[in-house]
Amino acid sequence: MHLTVPVRPAYQQLAHWLDTVPKDVLDYRREEAEFIFRRIGITFAVYGEAASTERLIPFDIIPRILNRGEWQKLSRGLEQRVKALNMYLHDAYNKREVLRAGVIPEDLVFGNPVFRPEMNGQQVPHDIYVMIAGIDIVRVDPDNFYVLEDNARVPSGVSYMLENREIMLRLFPELFVDHPVAPVENYADDLLATLKSVAPVTSSGEPTVVLMTPGIYNSAYYEHSFLADKLGCELVEGRDMFVKGDMLYMRTTEGPKRVDVIYRRVDDDFIDPLAFRPDSMLGVPGLMSVYQAGNVTLANAVGTGIADDKAVYSYMPDIIKFYLGEEPILKNVETWRCREPDHLKYVLDNIEKLVVKEVHGSGGYGMLIGPAADKKTIENFAAKVKASPEGFIAQPTLALSTCPTFVEEGIAPRHVDLRPFVLTGRDKTRIVPGGLTRVALSKGSLVVNSSQGGGTKDTWVLDR
Amino acid sequence: MRIRIAHETAYRYDTPATKAIQILRLTPRNHDGQYVVRWRVEVSEDCRVEPREDAFGNITHTFTVDGPISELSVRVAGEVETHDTDGIVRGTREKFPPSFYLRQTDLTTPDKAIVDWADEISGKGSRAALDSLHAMQSHIYSNFKFDVDATATSTTASQAFANKHGVCQDYAHIFCSAARHLKIPARYVGGYFLRADGIVDTESGHAWTEAFLHDLGWIAFDPANGICATEAHVRVAAGLDYLAAAPVRGTRYGGLGEDMAVKVTVDQAGRQSQQQ
Amino acid sequence: MLSRTASNLYWLSRYVERAECLARILDATYRLSALPQGYGSQTNEWESAIATAGSAASFNENYKEANERNVTEWLAFSPENPASIRNCLEIARANARSVRTALTGQMWDAINSAWHELHRYDPKRITREEFTRFLNFVTEASVRFDGTSFRTMLRNDAYWFSRLGFLVERADATARILDVKYHVLLPREAQVGGPLDYFQWASILRSVSARTSYHWVYRDSVKPWLVADLLILNRQMPRSLASCYENINRYLDDLAQFYGRHGQAQRLARTTTSRLENGKMEDIFQSGLHEFITQFLIDNNRVGNAIGDQYLI
Repeated sequence: MHLTVPVRPAYQQLAHWLDTVPKDVLDYRREEAEFIFRRIGITFAVYGEAASTERLIPFDIIPRILNRGEWQKLSRGLEQRVKALNMYLHDAYNKREVLRAGVIPEDLVFGNPVFRPEMNGQQVPHDIYVMIAGIDIVRVDPDNFYVLEDNARVPSGVSYMLENREIMLRLFPELFVDHPVAPVENYADDLLATLKSVAPVTSSGEPTVVLMTPGIYNSAYYEHSFLADKLGCELVEGRDMFVKGDMLYMRTTEGPKRVDVIYRRVDDDFIDPLAFRPDSMLGVPGLMSVYQAGNVTLANAVGTGIADDKAVYSYMPDIIKFYLGEEPILKNVETWRCREPDHLKYVLDNIEKLVVKEVHGSGGYGMLIGPAADKKTIENFAAKVKASPEGFIAQPTLALSTCPTFVEEGIAPRHVDLRPFVLTGRDKTRIVPGGLTRVALSKGSLVVNSSQGGGTKDTWVLDR
Repeated sequence: MRIRIAHETAYRYDTPATKAIQILRLTPRNHDGQYVVRWRVEVSEDCRVEPREDAFGNITHTFTVDGPISELSVRVAGEVETHDTDGIVRGTREKFPPSFYLRQTDLTTPDKAIVDWADEISGKGSRAALDSLHAMQSHIYSNFKFDVDATATSTTASQAFANKHGVCQDYAHIFCSAARHLKIPARYVGGYFLRADGIVDTESGHAWTEAFLHDLGWIAFDPANGICATEAHVRVAAGLDYLAAAPVRGTRYGGLGEDMAVKVTVDQAGRQSQQQ
Repeated sequence: MLSRTASNLYWLSRYVERAECLARILDATYRLSALPQGYGSQTNEWESAIATAGSAASFNENYKEANERNVTEWLAFSPENPASIRNCLEIARANARSVRTALTGQMWDAINSAWHELHRYDPKRITREEFTRFLNFVTEASVRFDGTSFRTMLRNDAYWFSRLGFLVERADATARILDVKYHVLLPREAQVGGPLDYFQWASILRSVSARTSYHWVYRDSVKPWLVADLLILNRQMPRSLASCYENINRYLDDLAQFYGRHGQAQRLARTTTSRLENGKMEDIFQSGLHEFITQFLIDNNRVGNAIGDQYLI
């Protein structure tokens, strides 16, 4: 097998190996990988399809490789960015200096559906709002990493980072002899240490940490049960917990047990029917009262959506400068905010060259990729943008970096992005060297979302 | 004027509930137009009632009760001294700048009908804001039919607007929805109203609105009565919509066959009503 | 352990066991109904099957007649019947999914494969021969699940809850078979030894898969009082009420010791266990087999509820 494209130095050894290993061996191991994934049941549900649909995310056995220097720069940038996100959230829900200084327009915060008035003036333990962040990164050239999106609510995908590595270690042990790949398996320990570090001050002794899931029908349920297992904590649903006298308890076979920290994978809207959506069956009635009393920590905090909103995203470089007085290490993709008339004009004039996204959309839905769309689609989308410009932003189509990938025809370059996970605790920030690499499997495609037919790869950070 | 208020909610279950939790927004605060002389919150079952202040500055009381609960009653009562301020509301506890109250919610997001109506009344913004607000208030007052069966607590402004039927809560939602569309900050207010017709016993509290104008500040509009708030209004809780200012939000576990009875008595203190 | 986790484990086992019991009842009914007229019973075997499954009322709401086709559909596949074999396996898997982390990999694999296999049978097109294979598959799936839990689970509360669910269900199933068929086990001079009753007795043994065991235990031809003894009091027989309760008692004691607290479940189970340990078939026949079984069903149900109240909610 020959790679038809030039490769970065980090890949040279792997390229050589791919050249020498017989094709049937590779094919056999690819099948084995798929078999293992199906057996352990890593599946996800695709919304809009029949409820019982459980699909596998395609796994590509060729890893994505970063060298130590690249990782160090990236990791510094991630730490800086998440630090600023946390300071911004604390400010936006307390003194609101960022609004008074005019760094961000007030209505972008107050008018934002994900701004939670209930968090106004609410103290969160140790002023940390985003304990777990997933920052989506792309690179367009050897020297520059760009942040594509911040995920500060309930970022998912970390189970793939861990399972992909397990599979690679099982199938290709020989590769790890030649490549000094930094381990990621300590992620669960890091996560647990982070969660315990943010326990409420009122909790006595060893804090009880639980992982809260919406239940087995959630698309990420596999990940929830996987993480609960690795953390050694209970996987709870709302109905397993109840509030009594400003404390939160879970029902156990030995009676009620106090809960101190919830790693919650349930959206704000659903966590407490007495504070948010009254029709929610997934939450715990009164949870927010316990939170307000300071007797439970929610990770992530309620209301972090105002930090990862696509419209707020475009202000991130200013936010970093405002709170830290530093230049952002990671670049932002140039972004036109359609809410501003001159930006809107530019976007409408150049729509066929741009990627236009819904401000509140996610998962690759509600998005137009100008260069890939036909005339009719573009016209329809332009009409939507004109009707409510504040709901859209636009970005240039980036020349995303590619990574060699197995496809029908053999090995070919495909576009990738990277989601490293940043853990912020009271004591320190922890980032395991790696992340979730997502790959767009169809030729030329820039969409890596699993719901849109993307796949995943193992991510290697080389210790050299 | 001194107003005496008693508000009791009594629950009864065919099969006892195992647990209950409630968050009450049933305690008025002082501001320029009202002074709380005395106020009590009583829960029939043994429990700790935790007082707190919510994000909008309202006083909340939270309690949890362990079962079996066959009956539960929550009663607030007290006296409030009020005086007329020409509808202008000052000295309230403010936790957000007025511009925050431009925010629409699931209950207030206007549909095309409300947008068209608001635009027409305001002459597409050509009319003075205060005049538009008064016009909206009288329009709702004269064109909507009071009907307790037509809507529920989950009815949106748009649904109520299409119905032309509803209760004070629906009128307040419609008013907020339209005002916010016109870029006038507006909020939902829950409280009590001393009726002019002498009726003192009712089955619910009252709801109205406040809108913010730069030169005047917050002004209270009561579309259900077609007037700005007077000394007959006792302001208890304010928020973006009913859910944020709801007198009671609660859940019970178990407990089938709930029967709920609400009794609200609003009377002028010192006036001997027949009941006493 | 979370109460819901314990509850899921308990019900997971109950539903797997229930599916197997239904499969055995259906198998025995098929055998009995296949006998030529002269050997057959006067009663409608398909009606008995419905009665044993405890769903006569809802069956009659959905069907006019209890015949092979209707009863098979109802007990094996019907989505309307919350306790059809299909629904039992669906519910079992949903319970398993919610407690993935409390199961061993092999247990999950057993229940997950069974679920996938289940969906390969199309109730609309199933032939009689395929249906026999279907019943075999259900029995084997249950045995595999039971085997993996026995061989792979840690011996802690998770295991005990799982066992308890299985045993309470099993005791219930055996008692129900006895409840419906008790009349053929009563000593009645006239018909003893007649061909009709012989096949009824054999069918009872078949529905608890104890034909061979019977002969090993009693080394005698099939006699009704011995069949009753085997299913009620014989502690060698894993489906007997006595054996189920011997184990229910043991696992409830394990739980009580583990949590350091006894409760209603332990007290009720002990009462039933000692009644079965000290019982004699003569006395049971004397005071009424039917009354005995009816009381047992009530008591077993009480133990199940007590486990629920004490641990599962």
